[in-house]
Amino acid sequence: METVSFADWFKEAANWAFILIALPTLFGAWRTVTSNNIVRAVLYLVVSLAGTAAMFLMLGAAFVGLTVVLVYIGAVVILFLIGIMITRAPLGMEAELSHGRDVKVPAALLSVVLFAVIAWAMVDAFGMYMIQPFEPTLTSDLANTLFDRFVLPFEVVSFVLLAALIGGIAIARKDDEGGNR
Amino acid sequence: MYQFLALASQIVLAAGDEGEQVKEGGSEAIVPGITSGVLVEWAWLIVVVPIVAAFVIAFWGKKMPFKGWEAAWGAIGFVGLYGTVLFVLNASQGILYEGTVEIAEIGDFTLEWGWMVDGLSIMMYFLIGVVGFLVFTYAKGYMKGDIRFTWFFASFSLFAGGMLVLVSAPNLIQLIVGWELVGVSSYLLIAHYWEDYANVDAGNKAFMVNKVADAALFLGAIIMAVSVGSFSFNDVIDVVVKGEEGMLSQYAFWAGLLIFIGAMGKSAQFPLHVWLPDAMAGPTPVSALMHAATMVTAGVFLLGRLFPFYIDEAGIFAGDVRNIIIVIGGLTLFLAGLLAIVQNDIKKVLAYSTVSQLGYMVAAMGAGAYTAGLFHLFTHAFFKGLLFLGAGSVIHAVHSNNMSDMGGLRKKMPITFWTFIAGTLALIGIFPFAGFFSKDEILASMKFAGENGQDVANFILILGIAGAFITAFYMTRLVALTFFGTYKGHATPHESPKMMSYPLIGLAFFAVTAGWINFPGVYTGFTTWLATRVPLTGMGDHHAEGLDWSLVLIVTPVVLIGVAIGWWLYGKDKKSQAARDTFRIPVLWPLFENLYYIDDFYMNGIVRPTMGPIANVVLWWDRNVVDGIVNGVGLGSLGVAKAVRVFDQNVVDGFYNEIGAGVDELGSGMRKSFTGRVQQYAAFSFVGVVVIAVLFIIL
Amino acid sequence: MTIIQFLLVGAALFSMGLYGVITRRNAVLVLASVELMLAAVNINLVSFDAYLQDQLNSGQIFSLFIIALAAAEVGIGIAIVLMIYRNRQSADVDELNLMKG
Repeated sequence: METVSFADWFKEAANWAFILIALPTLFGAWRTVTSNNIVRAVLYLVVSLAGTAAMFLMLGAAFVGLTVVLVYIGAVVILFLIGIMITRAPLGMEAELSHGRDVKVPAALLSVVLFAVIAWAMVDAFGMYMIQPFEPTLTSDLANTLFDRFVLPFEVVSFVLLAALIGGIAIARKDDEGGNR
Repeated sequence: MYQFLALASQIVLAAGDEGEQVKEGGSEAIVPGITSGVLVEWAWLIVVVPIVAAFVIAFWGKKMPFKGWEAAWGAIGFVGLYGTVLFVLNASQGILYEGTVEIAEIGDFTLEWGWMVDGLSIMMYFLIGVVGFLVFTYAKGYMKGDIRFTWFFASFSLFAGGMLVLVSAPNLIQLIVGWELVGVSSYLLIAHYWEDYANVDAGNKAFMVNKVADAALFLGAIIMAVSVGSFSFNDVIDVVVKGEEGMLSQYAFWAGLLIFIGAMGKSAQFPLHVWLPDAMAGPTPVSALMHAATMVTAGVFLLGRLFPFYIDEAGIFAGDVRNIIIVIGGLTLFLAGLLAIVQNDIKKVLAYSTVSQLGYMVAAMGAGAYTAGLFHLFTHAFFKGLLFLGAGSVIHAVHSNNMSDMGGLRKKMPITFWTFIAGTLALIGIFPFAGFFSKDEILASMKFAGENGQDVANFILILGIAGAFITAFYMTRLVALTFFGTYKGHATPHESPKMMSYPLIGLAFFAVTAGWINFPGVYTGFTTWLATRVPLTGMGDHHAEGLDWSLVLIVTPVVLIGVAIGWWLYGKDKKSQAARDTFRIPVLWPLFENLYYIDDFYMNGIVRPTMGPIANVVLWWDRNVVDGIVNGVGLGSLGVAKAVRVFDQNVVDGFYNEIGAGVDELGSGMRKSFTGRVQQYAAFSFVGVVVIAVLFIIL
Repeated sequence: MTIIQFLLVGAALFSMGLYGVITRRNAVLVLASVELMLAAVNINLVSFDAYLQDQLNSGQIFSLFIIALAAAEVGIGIAIVLMIYRNRQSADVDELNLMKG
């Protein structure tokens, strides 16, 4: 595998673009989990997800990136906002949205340790291997594979979505007896 | 019919020639004509059919039209037919065959079951079959109305089968099996009328006395078998004929003596004769077939099977035992005959007569006269069986066994009377009836033995002649008291039904003619027929060229004088026209009536002490020692059980209780971590993931 | 471009998502943190797909599935949060401790 030295990495323009994208992503993620304002937390999530979509584009996965934007940002985050509104979450800065220090510290520790382990493992395995130049993935190729090789998982996922749809309706249905239907 | 006559004439001519070949000193060994073929290979049916019939009758007899009698009669008829065929063929051609089936192998011993078909066993098959057939026919009428009719015939069939097992045995083990089978059947049948306890006692007595003798038989058989290495008769006789010095010759005396004691029990020799008169408690057909014709002859038969062992040409085997045999036989024939004089029960007279005649047979064997002893067995079966059946006919008519309730029956029961006379003449030994030839031959052989080295035989010869006198005397008494004079009883006697009288006629025919098949000097077919197996060369089986006239001229007058005196004493009283039974000799008669006090000796000397003191000792032992041990073991077990319980409750259960408590505490401890907060759970699982990842990386 | 840069970003996102799952009190925000973790996984998948130059593009396909399933999961999750809110008048996960003990 071809490697590149650390110094040479900074010479490539694409890598600077990467840094420009990665930093907001990480910042967005950081603020999602630490923000005291619930709406802002969800919106920082949007930032993070947008960053990941950009990274997908950099990797030539155009379709996936666009799907992320459409589905994640377009639907999932909307669901979060709906959930926030319906559950009348305390809006505003004075809300306590996280546990106290006695939880935060161990959690932070755990996160750091986890990151360290994973990072160390990956650096140890992949070092500075370069990704070979590639053509961006054609959506038609993706579609061919999806409906040829992966048609069964596709069908299964559609079943799951159906089940989720029906389940969601069944769970959240308003009724007169107080939620036992 | 023609063919039979042609065959018969051929037999007579052929045997006549052989009769001349035979001089003093024994017969030639006969080369048998038939040694294989369906007839002899299937001869085991003779043995099996009656036993199967016994079981069939026992299980299904009550449902059969004749209540099981037809199965018994059919079976014994089959035996009679087969036996007759074999008898005739043996007479014309000679048969020698031994069929065996191996049952088991134990170390060096091979256990075999088999069926011998040789002269001796063919004679017995014929005898058991023909006499049995006639007796079974008679029994149907005699046992009519009996509540245990079916069981009677089952036991009787079993007896026939057992006797056939005995006579067909090729080895000592099967013979002993048959011995015991007939012993059991005898016990069952003697105690047939078991409502009266005396009959049960009689059965017990027969069984017990036989058991004493059987112990000796077992010992003797074991000694013989271990010495030879095999139980088979062939092997024993091989060793004897070759004259090998070895283990058998070392122990021959004891083996021979013990086996003879066994024979004494079954054949009612002095002093083991006590059971036979008591056995008269059984039904008369039983007395006729078992205790006159067949079962009691088993002892004589056994001596015949082992005859080379006893005749002992080589001088190293059981020759010495023969003196003991002849003495006991002689004592038996004389003393039992005396006892017959004083009996009042008609069957008891015949019983003691049987004992006496068995003494003749045994004495003949002791004198080394194979043919004479077995010939007397042959003829005796017919005429004694006839006499018993006749007595049964009389008993059936007058409903009493006692001769004091009889008298003058000769006009009222003619068939019974005339056949009874035929039987009596045969028994006494009047020419030309059967008993004359057989008894004469016995006496002649005793004389021969006495002349040729067995000195005691001379003394026994005198006893034998005296016995002939006594026989004539008591039989005349019996006939006079039963059939002559006036009737002293209370019933209305009449002749028996045909089913009972026809067998009498059949047996009377044999009683008259059976003697003619061994007429010394004229036709001695019987001798050769018996000799197809035992090579009797030079064995002292003496056959005369003709009748021993000196003996005949002594014995016949003796017999006639006995008849005359008997008639004079017991016949019609001219005045009262009644037979009287008033003759008594002061000291002797009480001795006879008390049976020489032998029975009392056995009872008080052996039976009572065993039942009393010995039984008490055994009871004490059982109660205190044996039960004590058992109780001790029980208490010990209880103690062990208690200890185990303590252990179980405290140690074992404690262990498990601790484990349970430990788990309980562990659970309580772990419960604290179940906060119900999912995030905490997630956190902990990721901690685990990290740990595992680290482990993976490191390792 | 190296692969490690993408993988590190993914690792960081994952860890931060974990931090959020453990720390946050509001149920909806917990679900959002889970979304972060799933996004990180997607990055990993797609970057490996590019690195290995898979003919089938199975990494991208799989990440599509993950996106779909994540959406379904969030839908159900919000529905459940709504039910809990209806029953308990609160979306605070600390109060969902009926399984305690």
